[in-house]
Amino acid sequence: MTSHTYSTRADSAEDDHEAAPRVEVNRDTRRSLPPDPKPIMECDGVDVYYGDFRAVTDVSLGFGHNEITALIGPSGCGKSTLLRSLNRMNDLIVSARVEGSVTFHGQSIYGKDVDPIEVRRRIGMVFQKPNPFPKSIYDNVAYGPRVTGMKVSSMDDLVEEALTKSALWDEVKDKLKDSGLGLSGGQQQRLCIARTIAIRPEVILMDEPCSALDPIATSRIEDLMIELRDEYSIIIVTHNMQQAARVADRTAFFTALAAEGSGDRTGLLVEYDLTTKIFSAPADERTENYISGRFG
Amino acid sequence: MASLGAIATAPLKAKREGDKSAKSIVFMGVLWFTIFFSVLCLGTLLVNAFFDGWTRLDGNLITRYSSTVLPETAGARAAILGSALVIVMTAVLAIPLGVAAGVYLEEFADPRRWYNKIIEVNLTNLAAVPAIVYGMLTAGVALSIGLPRRVVLAGAIALALLILPVIIITTREAMRAVPREIREGSLALGATPLQTVWRQTLPSAVPGIATGSIIALSRALGEAAPLLLLGGLVFVSYDPNGLFSGYTVLPIQIYDWVKEPQLAFQQVASAAIILMLGLLLLMNAVAIVIRNRYQKRW
Amino acid sequence: MSSTIATEGSSSQTTPQGVDPDSYNKDPAGFLRQRRGRYGERVAMVALVGSAGLSVLVTIGIFFALLVPSLEFLREISIREFLTGDRWAPTFADASFGVLPLVTGTMWTTVIGLLIAIPFGLGAAIYLAEYAPERVRRFLKPVLEVLAGIPSVVYGYFALYFVAPTVLNDLLSVEVGTFSVLAAGLVLGIMIIPTVASLSEDAMSAVPQSLRQASFALGANRMRTTLRVVFPAAVSGITASIVLAASRAVGETMIVALAAGTQAQVVSSPTEPGQTMTGFIAQTATGESSPGSLTYNTLFAVGLLLFVVTLLMNVVAGSIVRRIREVY
Repeated sequence: MTSHTYSTRADSAEDDHEAAPRVEVNRDTRRSLPPDPKPIMECDGVDVYYGDFRAVTDVSLGFGHNEITALIGPSGCGKSTLLRSLNRMNDLIVSARVEGSVTFHGQSIYGKDVDPIEVRRRIGMVFQKPNPFPKSIYDNVAYGPRVTGMKVSSMDDLVEEALTKSALWDEVKDKLKDSGLGLSGGQQQRLCIARTIAIRPEVILMDEPCSALDPIATSRIEDLMIELRDEYSIIIVTHNMQQAARVADRTAFFTALAAEGSGDRTGLLVEYDLTTKIFSAPADERTENYISGRFG
Repeated sequence: MASLGAIATAPLKAKREGDKSAKSIVFMGVLWFTIFFSVLCLGTLLVNAFFDGWTRLDGNLITRYSSTVLPETAGARAAILGSALVIVMTAVLAIPLGVAAGVYLEEFADPRRWYNKIIEVNLTNLAAVPAIVYGMLTAGVALSIGLPRRVVLAGAIALALLILPVIIITTREAMRAVPREIREGSLALGATPLQTVWRQTLPSAVPGIATGSIIALSRALGEAAPLLLLGGLVFVSYDPNGLFSGYTVLPIQIYDWVKEPQLAFQQVASAAIILMLGLLLLMNAVAIVIRNRYQKRW
Repeated sequence: MSSTIATEGSSSQTTPQGVDPDSYNKDPAGFLRQRRGRYGERVAMVALVGSAGLSVLVTIGIFFALLVPSLEFLREISIREFLTGDRWAPTFADASFGVLPLVTGTMWTTVIGLLIAIPFGLGAAIYLAEYAPERVRRFLKPVLEVLAGIPSVVYGYFALYFVAPTVLNDLLSVEVGTFSVLAAGLVLGIMIIPTVASLSEDAMSAVPQSLRQASFALGANRMRTTLRVVFPAAVSGITASIVLAASRAVGETMIVALAAGTQAQVVSSPTEPGQTMTGFIAQTATGESSPGSLTYNTLFAVGLLLFVVTLLMNVVAGSIVRRIREVY
């Protein structure tokens, strides 16, 4: 069994331990969390369809206030699809349909009177590939407040605040009029985070935000997420287990299973718990296999 | 399916054959000839027009009115002004409408809805309606609502309808080239779909739309057929001075001169052709410059 | 998992800076409702939809603009006489309204045009899709675009003053008069070469590379691959390009109005002059025909016929193209 265990460490004798994951768990070890989250958002029995294809099946979980929740799992397990249904970005795909309930502060975001624009204003999103607008750095940050008609006393202050919070201010304060596209990949992604912060959302969804970045840029974004956790609730999809282990307070593990009656694979929530628990003593064998690198 | 059969049987018949076999070389020769023919036609056409008309590329061509008795000094002044006026009006009518329709179809229309399907099918067919039919439509409508049909506005409407499908298609292509990430980024910040179009997608698509629109307008500039029914052929010896003014345009003026048998008319027609082709070349050059300089590479 | 729902989301510790902390207390159920009226947006959407709908209105307009005078026309002339009569003389004293001369004139110019455009267009398409190095493509594509962009009145001039006297009479010793369906058709063919070439090239470029590689792997050379694999695979797209080019030839006006002549007769030889449907419309339109008169209505009856014929061709081409899309 151990011979099949994937490990990047050549030297370690620990490798022989029974499936013990060897990832650094949660940098912030002093943080103590209740066993159940105090949820700002909740999914209850959520199914997401693309036409007839059910991409996600029966997901129920709550995302904690001022916590970082990681969604992990093999590709095709529907974690990104689920994430995009949390701020109604799936509305943009004509065939997409969400069943079950997704609530924000207890109110369904798919309710009849709900304005998706208002949902997205309160639940921001950062994408996989940095996508700054072809505008100046300043205009990138000011865009959200402008289009949402936010009342601000000083746009300059708001831009500075957002850029400071996203740890970008010192690098760009002398070139705010330069195009956002001229920044490095990591800077671009922090600009996108600044842009999201500027509209003061309560939740920030991050869809594999570091997958296009180098390790140093990734590390800076991870530090940033931990800093932002005090003010925002963050839900992050990542394909990188170590990243989940490093930053997330709680982790949800998804897998892809063949749906009954068809050959299509559908995403399923396997296990959701404190990150420390998921990575040290997972309850489900599939989780254990995945995080120990035996699968996925 | 036929192709599969070809794959299966080809090696049975043929030994390994290179691209240097006699048959291949003949085939290449034929292809080269077909290409050469197109280039030759274009070259001959241009050289022929130039040789027929270069003696008349003089000041009279642009400063004087046409004449039925003095072809040697006749000019296309009224036609040049008429073309300018008609094309400007055509742009004013066609570009906003075409861009708006293109934006709707590309960004908002649910392709599964029956009415959007109808619009799509309709557009493909409209793009291939003969030009002269647009003239008949405009003439018929002008007549039934009691408006004059031999005026600048009628001509501009016909040409605008003619190029509308082109502008719609151009707009859609330019919008489609803007990456989805930009739209998503904007919507995720709480922008409405319309704000997203207005502040992100459309500005990014402007160079593409401008390029396509200029090329469409250059087509309208050279188009004579629909204007035959809309008064373009009245003998005009005055400057058009408004939307309800009588007028003629360059291609119609050329048509009129070409029909005259005297050599002098043929010469002034050629000179006007050179002038018109020069204008078209200029418009296309502007379009290409816009495309190369301003189009974003994503 | 916890089932408690945080309805008391107002505790300042959990609320991000800047969000009005009372916003969901005052209206606990409705804080996700639309905040602003966005009436301007609704107006703008109506404008966008209206613009798109206009194109449908244009089609309906075309149909009625042509149909109403045509019905007037058919009140005086039987549809049988119109469609099967072989004498077209609407303005003569002993007027006759058999449209066959115009139809055969159109067929002559179109067929001659296709005889030029199919080989030369396809040759150019094959060369561009399968052979041309990038450098040559960069030169050839603009040549075809320029050829497609030349106004048809210029082609008409070319047919009348160069192709007929110089090419046909002097170079090829073909006896034609000033006007002939041959000269008009030849130049019409040159005009539609780019249509055939670019659409066929698209069709051939869309053939999956794997088919070509399979053929090369079996030892076929480029010519054999092109003719036996790529061409058959692209045949529907090529057919569609030819049908579309033919439809353009049928609807083209200025070349035939200038070079084919104005004699409406059943053409029996390509060297004869003849009038096409569009040629008749151009000739009659420029004359003074008062609206409501039989001549005026005749114009629209021929226009309707032209519209229906080209529409049918486009529908056929469109359905062929849709079929290809399903294949790949």
